[in-house]
Order: sequence, then C-alpha cells, then structure tokens
Amino acid sequence: MSQTVNITINGRQTQVPQGTLIIEAAKAMGIEVPAFCYYEGYSLQAACRMCLVEVEKMPKLQPGCTLTANEGMVIHTESPNVVAARKGTLEFLLSNHPLDCPVCDKGGECELQDMVFRYGAGESRHVENKVHTPEKQWSPVVFYDAPRCILCYRCVRVCDEGLGVGALGVSNRGVISEIVPNGEDHLKCDECGACIDICPVGALTSGSYRYQTRPWEMTHVGTVCTHCGDGCKTTLGVKNNEIMRGNNRDRSGINGEFLCIKGRYAFDFTSHNERLQAPLVRVNGKLEPVSWSEALATVAAKFKEVKAAGGRFGVIGSTRTTNEENFFLQKFARTGLGTNNIDHHRSGDLATLLDALSGRENALASVADLYTAKGALIVGADLSQQHPLIAFQLRANFRHHAAKLFTVTPGPVREDEIALAAVRAQAGGELQAIEGLREKLAAAGDLTILFGDAIKGEAVRKLVAFGDSLGIPVRYVCLLDNSNSRGAVDMGLLPDLGPGFKAVEKPGLAAPEMLADAKLDVLWLVGANPLKSATLANAGAFVVVQDLFLTETAQRADVVLPAASAYEKNGTVTNTCGEVQKLKPAIRTMGAKADLEIIGLIAREMGINAGIWTPDKVFAEIQQTVRGYNVPAAVLTAGAAALTMPVNGRVASQARPELIRSAGDTLFTSGSLGRYSKVLNSVMESPGGLFRHERE
Amino acid sequence: MNFSPALEARISKILGNYPEDRKRSAVIPLLLFIQDEVGAVTKEVVDEVSHRTGTPRVQVDEVVGFYSMLHRKPIGKYHVQVCTNVSCMLVGGTELYHHAAKKLGIGHKETAADGVFSLEEVECMGACSWAPAVQINYDFHHKVTPEKLDQLLDSLRKIQ
Ligand code: SF4
Ligand code: SF4
Ligand code: SF4
Ligand code: FES
Repeated sequence: MSQTVNITINGRQTQVPQGTLIIEAAKAMGIEVPAFCYYEGYSLQAACRMCLVEVEKMPKLQPGCTLTANEGMVIHTESPNVVAARKGTLEFLLSNHPLDCPVCDKGGECELQDMVFRYGAGESRHVENKVHTPEKQWSPVVFYDAPRCILCYRCVRVCDEGLGVGALGVSNRGVISEIVPNGEDHLKCDECGACIDICPVGALTSGSYRYQTRPWEMTHVGTVCTHCGDGCKTTLGVKNNEIMRGNNRDRSGINGEFLCIKGRYAFDFTSHNERLQAPLVRVNGKLEPVSWSEALATVAAKFKEVKAAGGRFGVIGSTRTTNEENFFLQKFARTGLGTNNIDHHRSGDLATLLDALSGRENALASVADLYTAKGALIVGADLSQQHPLIAFQLRANFRHHAAKLFTVTPGPVREDEIALAAVRAQAGGELQAIEGLREKLAAAGDLTILFGDAIKGEAVRKLVAFGDSLGIPVRYVCLLDNSNSRGAVDMGLLPDLGPGFKAVEKPGLAAPEMLADAKLDVLWLVGANPLKSATLANAGAFVVVQDLFLTETAQRADVVLPAASAYEKNGTVTNTCGEVQKLKPAIRTMGAKADLEIIGLIAREMGINAGIWTPDKVFAEIQQTVRGYNVPAAVLTAGAAALTMPVNGRVASQARPELIRSAGDTLFTSGSLGRYSKVLNSVMESPGGLFRHERE
Repeated sequence: MNFSPALEARISKILGNYPEDRKRSAVIPLLLFIQDEVGAVTKEVVDEVSHRTGTPRVQVDEVVGFYSMLHRKPIGKYHVQVCTNVSCMLVGGTELYHHAAKKLGIGHKETAADGVFSLEEVECMGACSWAPAVQINYDFHHKVTPEKLDQLLDSLRKIQ
C-alpha cells in the first residue's frame, strides 16, 4: 500500500494515497480541473495545458493531470494566475480553430465549446490567418478535419492502447501538426469509431452521422447491441423514427464507452430497403404480399391440420431473439404443438460446462471480472475478431493491472502481443498445449479460462479438471456467437433440455436432423437461416419463416412473417458471460412485429392458450422457471446487467459436440444480419479473417 | 530494402544497442543513416525501419514528420540550413538566408536541379553564441557573413 499524504486544495484539506494525480484528487473533492488531453484509463500526455494549477512554493503553474500528490502540497485551482492561464490556453487553442460550430457535428456536445463557455476569453488577440487544410476521408466511417483538431492525442491513445490497433499518429510540428492514419491517406484498422467518440471536438467525424442532425434533435435510447455475444450497451440516437448513431458516451452498461464497429454503426440494417414489411404467402409458387390476418390464418390452419394428423413439426429459433421470445417459442412448441423438435444454432458447449461446474458458486466470470482477473487463458478464440468487448477488457486489465494473458489458438491473434505465452495449437491439440503452460498458469494467482467452439464435449470436462488441478481459483467463459446465443440455451431452445437446463422426457430432433427428416411436415424458423448452407430433405414440407429479410431460408418458405429487430422491441438478452440485460425499442418499422407477438398471435389463431405474451409477463415466468434469472425486473429496467448461473446441478444433456460450431463471424460480419449492413460491407477490412492477425 | 555492407553493419550495431523489446529506440538513428545513403526517407524507407524495429508504421511516420532533419523528398548533396531565429536574425541571419537563396537560385526546402545543393530556413540550432549560424549536412559554420558563405558554397561546388 502506498503511503497516505495530506494535501490542501482550494483551502480544503484531504488525504490521498501518495502519487494520486492532482486532477483526480480534486475530482474526488468535487473540484473540477478542466482538461482536454487527460483521459482516465489512458497514458498521460500533458499536451493541452488546460489543467494548470498553482502549487505553493512551486514557481510555475503545474499540469494537474501529471502532477502527483505529495505531503503538504497546497494547491489552488481557481487562483487569478490559474484563471488567466486557462484563458490563455483557450485563446491559443482557438487561434487556429475554425469556429464553424454552426455546422460542426460536435456543436452542442463539444468539450471545447463548453470550456470556452465556462473558462474562456471572449476575445482573441490573434490576427494571423488561420491555417486551413481540407477535410480528409480516411475510411467509410472515419473523417478528419485537421483545423478543428486540438492535438490532445486522445484518439492516438485510444486506438493504440485501448484497441491495440495503433492506426493513428501525429505528423509534423507546431501549427501544421495533424493526426495521420497508418495507411498514408487511409485507415487500415478496426473501424470501431472509438477515436471519433473520444475526440473532444469535431475533428474526427463519423461517415454515417456527419452533417445529418444536431445532437439535441435526437432522443437517446440505451439498448443492447444485437450482434456478437458480448452484450454491449449501445445508446441509439433517434430522430424521426430513424437511428442516426450509436455510442455509449454515458458509460452505462458493462462496456463503458467501448463499442466495436457493429455496435456503433451496424444498426443500419434496420432501414435497409430490402427489409420485409408485409407478410408473404406462397400463391401458385410465388411469394405474394398479404395481410397479417391472412398470413396468420394460413399458418394456424396448417399447424392445426398437421397437429391433428399427428404430423411432425420442426422448430428452429434464433440466437438474437429475446429470452422471452425463446422461452415462449419453446413453451408453445412443446405444449402447444406437442413437439420437442426444437433447436437453435449452437456455438459453444455451455451445457457440458455447467454440468462440469455443478455444485459450485462463482465459477463463471462476468465482463467486469475480466478487468480484474489476475490471469486469463484464451483457448481457440480470436477475441479481437469475435469478441471485441472481451478483448478490450482483457487489454485494459493488462494495461492497468499487468494481468497475465495466455493464448492457445490455431493461428496468430492480437492478444499474442500482450500475452505472457502465446502457443499455437491445432484443433484437438489445445489441451496438450495448455498442459505445457501449467506452471505459468498456476503462478497467475487466479485464472479465467475463455474457450471457443474448439473445446466441446469431453474436452470441456478435461479443461475443468485441469483448472481444478491448478490449485487456484478458476472461472470460465464459454464463448458463444450472438447477442442471445446464451439466452437460447438458457431458455431451452434445445431438443433435450428445457428452460434452466432441465432434461425433457422424450428428446426431439436437433436442427440438422429436422432438415434431414424426409417425413417432416412443418418447419418453423424464427430468425434462423439454416437453408443458407443446408437443404431440406422433404421438398414438400410447409416452411414458415419469421425474419427481417428474405434470407435463403425465407425464399424457400411458404409463409414469411416480417419480424422486428432487437432495436425495435422490448425484452431481455443474455450475453456470453451470462449477464442478462434489457432491450429498449428505439424505432418502429412499419409492418413488422416482434417475434413474441407473432408467436402469440399464431397460438391464438390456433385457439391454443399459451399464456399472456407481453415481455414482462413472460419474463416473470422465466424468473420462476430458470434459476439465476430471478433478478428484480427493476434492476434490469434501470439498465443494469445481472450475472446468472442458470443451473447448479448435473445437466442431463445428450452432449452432441458434433452439433456445436461457431459461425465464425469476424469483426466485420454478423451472420445473415451483417449482409444487410451497408457499413459492415463498405469498409475495406471486411470481411476480415480469424487467426491471422498481422500488425500494421 | 538492401543497403551497402557498411550501412548494414552500422544498422546491426545500432539495433544491438537495445533490448529485443525496445528496438523502437533505434528508429531515429536508423532513419538518419539510411537517409544519408538513400538520399531521402521514402515510403520504402519508412516501411523498412518500421519492419526492422518492430514499430508500427504510423509511429515511424510521426518521427519523420516531426524532425526537420528527416526529408521525405531527395535533398541536395549539400543541404544548406540557415538559421533565421532570433539570435541569428539580429545579426544578419535573414539577409544571409536571402543571399543563399539568390546565389543558389532555390527557396526554402527546395533542391537545385543538378542535385548539388538544397536550402532550408531553419529554427534555432543551438549555436546562438556564434550567430549567425549555418549548418551544411552535419557540419556547423559560425559567424557566417555573405562573403564567407560564398566561399564555402564555391569550395563545396568544386569538391563535388
Ligand atoms: S476507428 Fe478504431 S481502430 Fe480505427 S483509427 Fe479509430 S480508434 Fe483506431
Ligand atoms: S482528432 Fe480529436 S482526439 Fe485526435 S488529437 Fe485531434 S482533437 Fe484530439
Ligand atoms: S463487441 Fe459485440 S456486443 Fe459489443 S458492440 Fe461489438 S458486436 Fe456489439
Ligand atoms: S489535461 Fe493536463 S495538459 Fe492536458
């Protein structure tokens, strides 16, 4: 522990650990020391001189962002000298600033505007011409306007330290200094937009948002990203029923202000012009638009007929639909249609993990835990590509706490650069490779093991046995593909397991078996697109699809029902770590309905009482059925994430490792959904690849 | 890129001065000595130094942009740098610069067509005590007068 020292700020005494930055000590006392370049979590820069403070017995003003507390320091943050210095700094910053606030994207939420408003001088003594250079486009998502840049280096640091990309630098000196991209005139990077987000002024602007709106014209809706399984909170700026931007400046949610390209930009599929807005029914071989009532009646009539005849149903759910929808779907399928032929795209062996962890508490790691874990072992996953938030957390943990990272992957990954040991292991060789790291892993103190689809079935049990043999606390993350892949398992979208991993009496068919079943009468797909890569054995099967777009599967359907996206509905989703969060609808798309409502309407049309289908009521049922989901609804409504362990006991699953395979999405792809995001397809890094990291 | 055996030897020696994970420390000397041989810090040179020191390309680029002694375009065999900062300016630095420009027929950061001379108006070189100062390649010349500069440039032209 470092020693505590007494310091005085603006006449008030306080005690802080020696070495505390003055800017932080002041903040803790409620005293603001204005700053541009200082940014919590990133290296110190002391470039802007906005934070100058006066320290007694020190002849010159000192930057509060790098000055550390020492015994007896007496500091003034509002003395005449300091006030004058701030004015001077701002006058300097403005000397070459275009002051084009009326058209600048940042206007209204600009830190420079705010500082000048609060601390600045109203007049400038500079009469020299301003240096003007034209705006530059570095990528479809990043634009740079050098005259507006105040050279705080925030963007440079967030990209290098935060993302591990290091795509930005500063070229030249003095008044002609400017930020430069790694590809000379363009960026080769993650296209995450973190640099734009962190820029205090309007120097970096976003391709999709720039010059579209004023910030105060939008309403902001905090919801959960619908892409990968990490569960970032994305705050959508909405104007006239259109999503204008995504960010998380308020740092609500498990991701702080982090978002990858998908959470920040790939909401654009919602307004893609191929979005389905009316139900379609096949008439004379062709899909024709019909009314909702006609489509629902067609589905219900067929379902009733097949059910009455004792025919075979197959139901495949989605890894992006809500827990409520998944729960309700399997419940209706099992009780209403009388089938256990229900499944989803399985991307990781969670069931075996939970079975192996039976009887333990604290065996699963949350996203927050990844920031504090002393050691982390990454097995068979390219985190920077597949789980950007988790990669970001581990990197921050390494930066701030020197966490010991280990990678065991088939090819190079970005995490290798910060790993204590990076080992290449091909499929099947992972456990042997991990054995070789035994001593180093045990020395970490505590360990979180994150594994992808390479570890499944028996290998999961062996991994847990290995973790036990280390003699240190070990926690696990079973990496799953999509925003609610976890919820799909927890809610029982499986032929052998119901909600909460409870075994069903007569297990049904798994998804590939349904497709291969020549006697299947009805295939009902809720947000799944299996026919992209498989064929349907029974050409005559009646196919019902609920989706946003006319996917390969929808093209084969007899009835297509237009579904609402995650950004258009209520409900909860569970991330890959098991944290439940609540969605909030940001917009409405005409003609589309939430899957929960569609399933409910089908049940009603069939005359089956499946219970009330509002998200709240279904969630209440989940709370009572699935262990760990019994989180107070108010906690979720307030925007918090609750870590769940949906079972603690043996899981009688039919471990079918051959059915488990990640879809292998990269940073720039997102299954069928990703194909309808113009942004994801427009960046030159798209589609990217796994396990082939090269540093630029 | 391949360099002369002498330069390669020098590069190996410089790289050897730093621990394996601190090779970026060699960025500046490498750029300087490679520039001497190649004549400019071209894009290929930046890539090469980035590669050899394991430093992201953009960070090498930052260094090139920052230091005035690194040039992206070829400079003359003799790079004439005249200081016009305060100390030199007070004792004729500005006149000296204009004199040089006229004599060489080139301006700031320009290179003569024959490639012998290039000219640059520079900021303080730390030679204020002997102002006005001129630096030609790595050599300093103190208390330079227009006449002295003429002699200097003429003699250099002869050697070349
Ligand atoms: S978009 Fe992201 S990866 Fe690209 S330069 Fe900005 S911060 Fe770096
Ligand atoms: S672009 Fe923005 S974040 Fe980057 S240095 Fe300039 S002002 Fe700072
Ligand atoms: S890391 Fe995953 S959850 Fe977060 S923004 Fe990216 S795709 Fe969305
Ligand atoms: S905040 Fe301290 S110098 Fe910029």
